[in-house]
Amino acid sequence: MTEVAPSPMAAWPAEPAAFGGIDRMPRPAPRNSGPDFARIQNSLEFDELRRRFRGFVFPTSVLFFVWYLTYVLLAAYARGFMGLKVIGSINVGLLLGLLQFVSTIVITLCYLRFARRHIDPRVRQIRSNAGIADT
Amino acid sequence: MTSMGSPALNTVVFAAFVIITLLVVYRVSNRNSTTADYYAAGSAFTGPQNGVAITGDYLSAASFLGIAGAIAVHGYDGFLYSIGFLVAWLVALLLFAELVRNTGRFTMGDVLAYRMRQRPVRAAAATSTLVISFFYMLAQMAGAGGLVALLLGVHSKTGQALVITVVGVVMILYVLVGGMKGTTWVQIIKAAMLVLCAVLMTVFLMGKFGFSISALLDEAANNSARGELLLEPGGKYGKTPIAKLDFISLSLALILGAAGLPHVLMRFYTVPNAREARRSVVWAIMAMAVFYAATLVIGYGAAALVGSEKILASTGRENSAAPLLAFEIGGTLLLGIVAAVAFATILAVVAGLTITASASFAHDVYANIFRRGRTNSADEVRVARRTAVIIGGLAIIGGILANGQNVAFLVALAFAFAASANLSTLIYSLFWKRFNTTGTLWAMYGGLSCCLVLVFFSPLVSGAPSSMFRDVDFHLFPLTNPGIVSIPFSFLCGYLGTVLASSDRADRAKQAEMEVRSLTGIGA
Repeated sequence: MTEVAPSPMAAWPAEPAAFGGIDRMPRPAPRNSGPDFARIQNSLEFDELRRRFRGFVFPTSVLFFVWYLTYVLLAAYARGFMGLKVIGSINVGLLLGLLQFVSTIVITLCYLRFARRHIDPRVRQIRSNAGIADT
Repeated sequence: MTSMGSPALNTVVFAAFVIITLLVVYRVSNRNSTTADYYAAGSAFTGPQNGVAITGDYLSAASFLGIAGAIAVHGYDGFLYSIGFLVAWLVALLLFAELVRNTGRFTMGDVLAYRMRQRPVRAAAATSTLVISFFYMLAQMAGAGGLVALLLGVHSKTGQALVITVVGVVMILYVLVGGMKGTTWVQIIKAAMLVLCAVLMTVFLMGKFGFSISALLDEAANNSARGELLLEPGGKYGKTPIAKLDFISLSLALILGAAGLPHVLMRFYTVPNAREARRSVVWAIMAMAVFYAATLVIGYGAAALVGSEKILASTGRENSAAPLLAFEIGGTLLLGIVAAVAFATILAVVAGLTITASASFAHDVYANIFRRGRTNSADEVRVARRTAVIIGGLAIIGGILANGQNVAFLVALAFAFAASANLSTLIYSLFWKRFNTTGTLWAMYGGLSCCLVLVFFSPLVSGAPSSMFRDVDFHLFPLTNPGIVSIPFSFLCGYLGTVLASSDRADRAKQAEMEVRSLTGIGA
């Protein structure tokens, strides 16, 4: 980012307020001017949101991918190990497989918690700065 | 070998499902005259509803009958499918669901073309959507033929063709009358039936073995030709080094492909915002975790109570494991219900694929490429409906022609296509600033054609006893799953296309718009 000082967020032009029908005249300003995306993108708040989001989802994606791949490689090349019995006829392979289920659910719940705490409030903030109601 | 249970009862239960769902579809559908209604059900579903519908869209007959059968016959290796199909959803949850919901409106093409040159990228996205949907659909329809023989006692080819036609016509009715809203309700009903059925069978089986997994496994091993080895990996893929590599390639396609399936991506547009899209995936993951855990018990249960020899000797071979088990534990009534659920599964999945393919054609190809966006909503919906009828017709013809062929590999192939063409382009366009139109086209067409070429020169097509053409041998590529080569190849193509075409600068303003919109929903 080359932008040095992000402008105050509250200054974004949202829907221009209409006072007593002054703007009843057909406005020449195109409706598609919309929110100033470049400005939002360069704001500190957005930068923080993106950093937080990527800081969670990228490492987590790598983590579950590597863990899944490890499991697949073990199933392909370490059959003896996977066949070791742990409790009764339940072997290491079955336990590791069930652990994949558990890790998937745990990651899902962690992401849900993370998003509620760190993503949603920031999105709300950025949206309200841009003058857009939260849905 | 004759059919199982009472074909008349199976038919009645299935007919009841069709009538009830058609009534529901008719009741919930308004006129579906706008694109937002027809493609996205007005984005009015809640996260939990959509989560269950995603489950319904995703769990095909292959997941239910195929996985249970694979576990019953090959043992542990079948379970590996369950795990891949489930873990794959983390990709959708973490990387795609919310961003795709915020960025697009109706199709995958909306996301990919957002900041690129519209026409070529939409053409590529539509090509990939249509190819994937067609392969996936063919597998489902061909499976219907086998199921008919097994469950309804229809053994003549003409009779089976007739049933496939009926299945196709009902599916077209769902899509035409109900649009996305009606189709979604079909998915919800079907998912509820399927998961409930799997859970009930599981609880019953566990009860029979005193709630001891170990006892169930022992009995399964005792009753299997493979003995103790049934509980270890390697039953299906462990015989040669090539088979092991093939298995790794398949695993990669499963985990990376699910989130790139166009009919899955399209479901995210049926909810109002990103938070609901996130909740959808969370609900879907929970429902599927329960379902896939149940397939493990059902699969080993079938090995224990029915036995692998009896399963392999029956009409549907592996696919008959779950129905045979249902008959064993619950008699004709439970078999009838399982049969109906299996049919409902095919119907619902094909309906979901049809609406996706028709939306992609009408929205990406007709409205944005042919008419360059100068068309109205009613006109676009008209084209989408006509396309749905044509696609439905093709599915019927394809299903009849492929009946009896071993086309189960087409599902794995659809995942490989999705992982090789859609995953790379979606990741790049959502997260890589410099990614441009050239990169998108290279990644998409590169991945797709790499897959097609590798499959054409694989043992699937020639040179093996199970090949499509048994008498010739022109196979050059040893693996039946292209993913391990085609997925990295697609990423490489996307990178090279972007870097080499330096004149094709990414649109900075559009990139800002897309990034802000994807993370915050501003402008969506």
